[in-house]
Amino acid sequence: MRARVLIRPKEGILDPQGQAVERALPALGFEGIEHVHVGRMVELDVEDASQLDRLCEQLLANPLIEDYEVELLEHA
Amino acid sequence: MKFGVLRFPGSCDEVDALLACRRFGEAELLWHHDRDLRGADAIVVPGGFSYGDYLRAGAIARFSPVMEAVAEFAQAGGLVFGICNGFQVLCEANLLPGALLPNSERRFICRQMDVVVENADTPFTRACARGERLSIPMKHMSGRYYAPDAMLDEMEANGQVALRYAPGGPHNGSARDIAGVTNEAGNVFGLMPHPEHAVDPLTGSTDGGKLFASIAESAAATVAA
Repeated sequence: MRARVLIRPKEGILDPQGQAVERALPALGFEGIEHVHVGRMVELDVEDASQLDRLCEQLLANPLIEDYEVELLEHA
Repeated sequence: MKFGVLRFPGSCDEVDALLACRRFGEAELLWHHDRDLRGADAIVVPGGFSYGDYLRAGAIARFSPVMEAVAEFAQAGGLVFGICNGFQVLCEANLLPGALLPNSERRFICRQMDVVVENADTPFTRACARGERLSIPMKHMSGRYYAPDAMLDEMEANGQVALRYAPGGPHNGSARDIAGVTNEAGNVFGLMPHPEHAVDPLTGSTDGGKLFASIAESAAATVAA
């Protein structure tokens, strides 16, 4: 099964990457965009999706500083 | 006493760490596939970019065979000192509390600066005095120490904040100016600045040697006991 894991900085933790992107927007003429946050996406094929939470907790995300969500996609 | 200095693919400060250790004891390099710490009395996890810093700094090194041995060694009370990327590895391995995030200014900071000894009663700082300033270089992209406030309060009360950045220095955004912390038991220590680059008068400061001297003294005392 194809799975997509979205990882983002936890609410309230300073996200300098998101801020840098947000600050660059007006110079490019984009207006009215705020609260930009930059995270990571991991895509993978997995036989047993029940292990994904453990995989996220132990490796893909650091639960102290990041939130994650797992999205299961259709069979590839 | 003998230091064991780890080497991961992507480490770059392990040779300086090895040479710094050799000023205060014997030292040998341990490869990331080693499961045997070869009788080392203290372990140094060096700086660099282990496994390319992929995913998060330190996240992958944590799963190397040698880190299993280091975790067992630490649980048995052995002294473990992580520098820069080594600090990140120890946090990812849950051997130290907290995490290190990208610097708040989004810049790589590389300069000589002072850290203040907050707790001189640790095995890593016993050759220093409380309040003493050590001039040590820092060079990192992800040195912003973070832990939730309640955890920080507990760590401060427990004397785990061993070193803080001196006021007025370059700022990486670390919570409460924290530069180095120990675990609750006090036998694992992580520090962002690089004491191994400050052991020879040639490079301007020998203050970093005090940390290696502390470890050598502490380990020798344990071996003798």
